[in-house]
Formats: sequence, structure tokens, C-alpha cells
Amino acid sequence: MTDTADRTDEIREVERIIIRFAGDSGDGMQLTGDRFTSASALFGNDLATLPEFPAEIRAPAGTLAGVSAFQIHISDHDITTPGDAPNVLVAMNPAALKAELDKIEPGATVIVNTDAFEERNLAKAGYADNPLEDGTLDGYTKIEAPMTSLTKEVCKDIGVKPRDAERSKNFFALGLVSWLYSRPEEPTMIWIREKFKGRDLVIAANEAAYRAGNAFGETAELSASRLAVRPAKLPAGTYTNINGNTALSWGLIAASHQVGLPLFLGSYPITPASDILHELSKHKNFGVRTFQAEDEIAAVGSALGASYGGHIGITTTSGPGIALKGETLGLAVSLELPLIVIDIQRGGPSTGLPTKTEAADLMMAMYGRHGEAPMPIVAASSPSDCFDVAIEAVRIAVQYRTPVMLLSDGYLANGTEPWKLPSVDDLPRLSVEFASETNGMDDEGREVFWPYVRNEDMARPWAIPGTDGLMHRIGGIEKQDGTGNINYAPENHDFMVRLRDERIRKIAETIPPLEVTGDVDADTLIVGWGSTWGAITSAVGRMRAAGEKVAQVHLTHLHPFAPNLGQILGQYERVIVPEMNLGQLTALLRAEFLVDARVISKVSGQPFTAGELVARIQEETR
Amino acid sequence: MTAVPLTTKKDWSSDQEVRWCPGCGDYSILTAMQLLMPEIDRRREDTVFISGIGCAARFPYYMNTYGMHSIHGRSPAIATGLAMARPDLDVWVVGGDGDMLSIGGNHLIHALRRNVNLTILLFNNQIYGLTKGQYSPTSEVGKVTKSTPMGSLDHPFNPISLALGAEATFVARTHDMDRGHMQEMFRRAHAHKGAALVEVYQNCNVFNDGAFGAITKKDARDAMLIDLKHGEPVRFGAENERGVMITDDGAQIVNVADVGEDKILVHDETADRGIAFALSGLAQDRESPTPIGVFRAVDRQEYGEAASAQLAAAQEANGPGDLDMLLRSLPTWDVS
Repeated sequence: MTDTADRTDEIREVERIIIRFAGDSGDGMQLTGDRFTSASALFGNDLATLPEFPAEIRAPAGTLAGVSAFQIHISDHDITTPGDAPNVLVAMNPAALKAELDKIEPGATVIVNTDAFEERNLAKAGYADNPLEDGTLDGYTKIEAPMTSLTKEVCKDIGVKPRDAERSKNFFALGLVSWLYSRPEEPTMIWIREKFKGRDLVIAANEAAYRAGNAFGETAELSASRLAVRPAKLPAGTYTNINGNTALSWGLIAASHQVGLPLFLGSYPITPASDILHELSKHKNFGVRTFQAEDEIAAVGSALGASYGGHIGITTTSGPGIALKGETLGLAVSLELPLIVIDIQRGGPSTGLPTKTEAADLMMAMYGRHGEAPMPIVAASSPSDCFDVAIEAVRIAVQYRTPVMLLSDGYLANGTEPWKLPSVDDLPRLSVEFASETNGMDDEGREVFWPYVRNEDMARPWAIPGTDGLMHRIGGIEKQDGTGNINYAPENHDFMVRLRDERIRKIAETIPPLEVTGDVDADTLIVGWGSTWGAITSAVGRMRAAGEKVAQVHLTHLHPFAPNLGQILGQYERVIVPEMNLGQLTALLRAEFLVDARVISKVSGQPFTAGELVARIQEETR
Repeated sequence: MTAVPLTTKKDWSSDQEVRWCPGCGDYSILTAMQLLMPEIDRRREDTVFISGIGCAARFPYYMNTYGMHSIHGRSPAIATGLAMARPDLDVWVVGGDGDMLSIGGNHLIHALRRNVNLTILLFNNQIYGLTKGQYSPTSEVGKVTKSTPMGSLDHPFNPISLALGAEATFVARTHDMDRGHMQEMFRRAHAHKGAALVEVYQNCNVFNDGAFGAITKKDARDAMLIDLKHGEPVRFGAENERGVMITDDGAQIVNVADVGEDKILVHDETADRGIAFALSGLAQDRESPTPIGVFRAVDRQEYGEAASAQLAAAQEANGPGDLDMLLRSLPTWDVS
């Protein structure tokens, strides 16, 4: 007991740690990161994660192309990003070390699986000499652990074959890192027992490997490297750790609950959006219908068909899918039916970077249909914000009878953060009424139903098939307002084009005004949208802590903009827009408000870090 | 269920002026449908026509039901979503050979193999009409059109063979010159649970006039139309003197007297798909005797019903969705 107490005394407390787990695609690094995250969340740290994996399911083992990484930032205070340069790198093989070493901070701790640093793997990673011996890691704190052999060793006693035992080496790594950074063991043990229920040998192997990692820390006298991060002081409440795609799925279910209409998802698998299809498919007891269509076009078509029938039609995809859905979106604009179109953006053009993040679909969302085909656009700013934005998208769609584009991205989709659970009673109340009465008179004086008569929101009635006496036809051909009859007259088309534009702009009336944060009276305003929120918020915080005055505003609504955006922009000498594209929001702001907005671009497939944003904002303001 | 009121053709006709070319085969199909509808035990409110683009696709505008004139080729996909969301509705899909077999070919075969509860009418006139006369995926090889001045090179689809290949559960053919036969096929297709495809030979009197004249005009029908009837020998001709025999080479047209009556195929709509496929191969050109009627009608799980059953099973197993429980379904922790 004394021994333990002494060791505990040696643990140094720090405000935050950034750890990066890296290994071969088959090494289970995503799972390891995920378990570490879960234990940290339950421990009460604030955190943010960034999983990064190759597009290939299993790239050749041991190669740089096959490196899969998971970064987690844990903190004792509120944080908004997965961190800049990691303080700790776990490298399961030479390729992981080579791929990741330049990302970590000078002097960082590097934990390596020495068993993997043999000739073949070194050659595959392109190392002529062993980096553990040639001075490559000089200046770093190096922790060498023969993870594979020690895992095999402990597994031998419980009767697990060496080949199977090797698969548990990620739990050795997890055990070691958990010991070093004072993570509780219990959540991981519970998880192992539930996950591998019925496979007793696997449970035993993983538990043994985890404990062996723990023990290695103790026996190898690594106490000097031990650190602890206290729980964060977050607002009181119940929390869960959530990624963007799960939050988005739940937001859609919540919106369906609030509006009282069933969900219909038409989707075609595509990275990084497929997890929404997977998640919603699990919740059929909420009345959610999911349909894996034959292609992206059928996916949006089926969703539109369901909307016509009175469901909340949803389609989920990534950029390439939006390109394919364009014609159907134009039809939805013309039909004026509710439809939720979700774009989990990834690097483009074409196949581009399927597993890497980018936010370069804004112009496609805005203009990517033929003709004047305006669609409202909303964007999520953090993993948990995906929940709220999904509800907002449904609100706009059903109130205004319009397709709505919801933009998220690969970073939000897979990244996680603690989320204070909302109370169901506090969720926005949504409602919609289907048309039930005739609203027009034909030439012979009979009561008829006209599908394009508008209410005060300029929305047309949603009259679903099956409703008594409201038989009507709608279509993509230009129609006359009111009656909905086909009408090709020049003045009618001019009228309808302007009307469709106006009715979408009118949505601004129900968008809450934006609030500027930071130094409201600064000269410089940072305008953000989407997943840059975390990095911008962190960067602005650092600049202000250093005595610089900066204001920040973040946009959820990209079309139409919040009603006070123009007035806000007009108050600042400098408007700077960090974007993960070449300046798409910047261009929209310049066009709409004649403001000299300047872009800070990043298109490397990686999110901004706060540190680089600080430097680049300073460049712009100097 | 709301009671179905008595209706007439007029009740099923919308107030829209019909804008097909005078003499178009589509008129007779529309009339057949509007006359048939009062006999089908469904309300106009519960009936939806969905179409894509093309001359045929104007059909929904003329029916006093719910209707959607959508975009080129996508009607089976849109109709699939509607039929899944609203199994209480009768969903009809109408399109031409370009709409359904060219730009929308993918959606058609997937709707058929899934067996979504749709009644699909494919108006086949073997030409693109609305774009003014290019060859279509059912045009014969060598067809000279605006886009193929030296003759088309494409081998055509046989829509019946294609549908059978996609494992459709109901496949039939009819033609625009025989209202009674059309109505019988539409009635059967409508009654079928699952995806039903009816190919309608339809004359385009502007760009492909007389394409089916050799088989559909009154004085040719006896010799050229093979009327498939379930449980009856497949025979045709003025004196029923010809028939169809299945051999190792497929379906053969023979003189009954030459082979004997017992060698003549007895039509079975539920038989092995191979026989229906052999029959579909009989109409290889516009001069050959052509089978019409129901090639195949079999039972298979209907898609929308199966999807609804999964929802019911999930509710049975897990109870109706509880939002608060959902939000707490991942590990949680409390901060005080």
C-alpha cells in the first residue's frame, strides 16, 4: 500500500494532454483511441477527438499508406479542438513513427512497440537504420515496450494461441497509456466483457494484455512520466461522448418526434456519411424507415417520394452524391416539398480524399442546380451541434415546404466531444398541418384544390395523397402560382423565379440574430462557418489571453444569412474568414454585403489547428 | 377505410387539356385507364400516378387523382419512396421506353427485383418523341433517325426479357389498339401484390408511325398476336392452326398439325422463369408473331410490406421509441 501511495505522489498534474495513437490499419488504433476517450469522458475530462484513417480498408501491412491514427485532447477545462501538436505519440510500428513524428511537439513522449521495429518493417517504412537507435528520437522522451511479445507471453498462460494473442497488443498499449495518464480501468474492462460476450478467451486475452500494459508501466519504472488531468469543471448535467454522425442521426429522430411525422431515409453508402444510415437503421422502433437505394439519385428520389406522402424525407451523402442528386433537388425546389439533404463533406473534386475532411461544397449547396434553384443551407459547427442543426433543418423544411441542405464534414462526422444532454422537454416545438380543405374555384364554380396557394410564410399547402377531395397534380414544369397549372408564359416564369427566390430569403425572418463573441469593439472580426468553430474559438481565446482584441461570429445559416449579419460586418475594419476551401463563404459575403472579407484557407484534408490560426490571423492583421 | 363512391370516366378525368399529338396511341391508353378506374375498387384520393419525362409522362396531368410529373427516368425511385412510406396508396408509374429503359433503366430493374408494390406501365413506341425523333433503346438495329443517319448500331432491349431477367413477379404485354385487352392487363397488374410491369405497344404516329402495325392492325392480329392465357395451350391463327412448342432451342412456332396438339405448350404464368423468358424471345422483330398477355405472375414478399413488418417487429421487441432513452443509450456521466 505504501508503495502505491508513493507512486501516486509522483503523478504530476497538468491542465491537458494531447495523445496520438498510431499504427497499422489492422492494429486496432481507432478502437484503442475510442476506449481511451470513453474512459476519459467517464472520468470527467473535457475532450475532443480526431480519428484519421486511410481510405483503403487494409492497405499493405507496415506501409506508410496503411497508417491509421487517432488523436485525443483531454483537458481539465472547456476545450474546442483535438489539439495542435500532440504531447504523446504511441507508435505501434516504424511506419506509424515515420508518418506521425513530425506532427508532435518537440520533446514529446514517444511510446513504441519495439517488437515491430525489425528489419522488414523498417524497410517497408523506408528507414535505412533503426530510428530507435540512430538518434532520430534524441530530444524526445522515449518509452520502449516490447508490446507484441509481452502480450503473447501473458496470453500463453491462459491458453490463447500466439497468433490470436498478437491481436490483443492494442490493449497492452491502452493499458500502458492508461497507467501513464491515470485513466480508470473499470470502464474498459466492462466494455471488453460486453463487447466480446460469449468469447471468453478473447475477453481473457484483452484483459490480460491491458493489465500487462499497466504492469509494464510500474515495473519499467516509468513513474517519472506519469501525468494526470483533473476532471473539467463543466456545467452541471448528464453528459455523453458523441460524434457528429450519431448526433445528427439523433437530431433527426428528435425532430421527427417533435414534429410528429415519421422519418424516411433514402441513402446510398458513401464515406463519411454511411454511419448515419447505419445509426438510423437501428431505430426502426421510432418509426424510422431506412432504404438503401441502388444509387444516389434513387436515394434522393425515394426520400422525395416519401415527403410527398407526408413523411420527413431525408437523404444523406457526401459531395459526390450531392453532384448526382442535383437534378432531383431542382425538382424538390420546384415541387416545394420538405426534404432534408445532408452532405458530410470530404476532400474533392471527384473521389478526392474520401476519409479526409474539407468544406468546399458550400458553392455547390448554394448554386449546384440548373436554373435559379435556391435552397436554404445550414451548417453544423461541432459534433454535438449536429443534433441541433438537424432539428433546425427539419424546422425550416416543414415550415417553409422546401428542401434544406445541411452541411457537416468528415471531421465533425467522426470527431467526438462530451455533450450535455438536452432535456426532451426543452427541445424546440415543431408543428405542421397537412392541407385538408379545398382552396379554389374552377371555371364552373366547383370547389377545387390549388396546390400553389400560399400562406403568410409564402409556403404552399402540403396536401398528401389520401386526403379527401384534394386530388391534384404537381411537377417540375413551370407552373402558375396558385392553381399550379402548367404555364410557360414569359411573365409567369419571371414571376415564379423571383417568387422562389423571395420565399427562401423570407426564412431569415425566423432565424435568430447572430451574437458576436470575444471583443465586440475590436477592429478585427473572425467569421466562421461549419467545423472551423472549434479552432477559431480556441485561437480567438488565445489571442485575447495574450492581450489582442478580436471579435468572433459563427454562422449556422448560410442561406439565407441571419438578418443582422450585414450590420455586424459593417462594424469591423477587418473581416477574416477561415475556411477549409479556397474562399467560398468569403466570396458570398463579398457579393452579398460588398465587404472586403479576406480568406484564410486550408485544403490539406486536415482541420485547422488553433495555433496555426493564431499565426495566420496575426499575419492578416499586421 | 372510406367507402369507395360510384364514379364514371368523367370523375377520373382532370380538367387539363390533353396535349398529345392528334392520333397518338397515348389517347387510347388514357381512355382505357379512365374507363377502367371506376371498375377498380379504389378511391381517386388513394390513387397516385407518378411519371418521369417524355410524352407518356404527361399521363398524370390527365387523371383526376394525385399525381407527380417528375424528372427523366426517376419515377420508379420516387414511387418506391412513396409506396414504402404509404402502403395504403395505389401507386402507378407511367413512362416511355426512353424514360424507363434508357435514363431510368437502373431504377426500373431495382424496383422490379425488390418487388415494390408499384403498377408500372411502360409505353413502348420504340422512338424518342418529345425530343423529336431519335432512336430509343427499343428501336430496331439499323433504324435511321435524326441522330442515326446511317442507321443505329444499338441492339435493342426486349422489355419483357429484361423484366424477367430482373426477376419481376408480374410481367405482361398489351397494345394500344385493343382497349379490352389493355384494361384486362391493367386490372391484373393492379391486383398483383408487388411490382407489376405492363409493356404497352404504343404507336407514335409522328416519328415512328406503324411500328407495330404488322402485328396490331385488326386484319393482322389473328396471324400475328399470340394471346397468352393461363392454363390454355398457346395457339394462334385464324383457325388456331399454329402454336408454340418449347424445344431445346427455346420457344418455336409450329403448325399444330405437324407436331400434334399434345406438344403445344400449355401456358402457366407461375411456371419456371425460363419458359416465360423463352416466350418473350418470340418477338424478335416487328414482322414476327408476338405474344401478348401475362407472361409471368408469381407471389413473392412485397417490399413495402416487409419494411413495415420490420418496423412493427422492432417496436414489438424494443417498445415504441423513447427519445430520452435514446439520448442516454451511450455511456453517460454526471457533472454536478
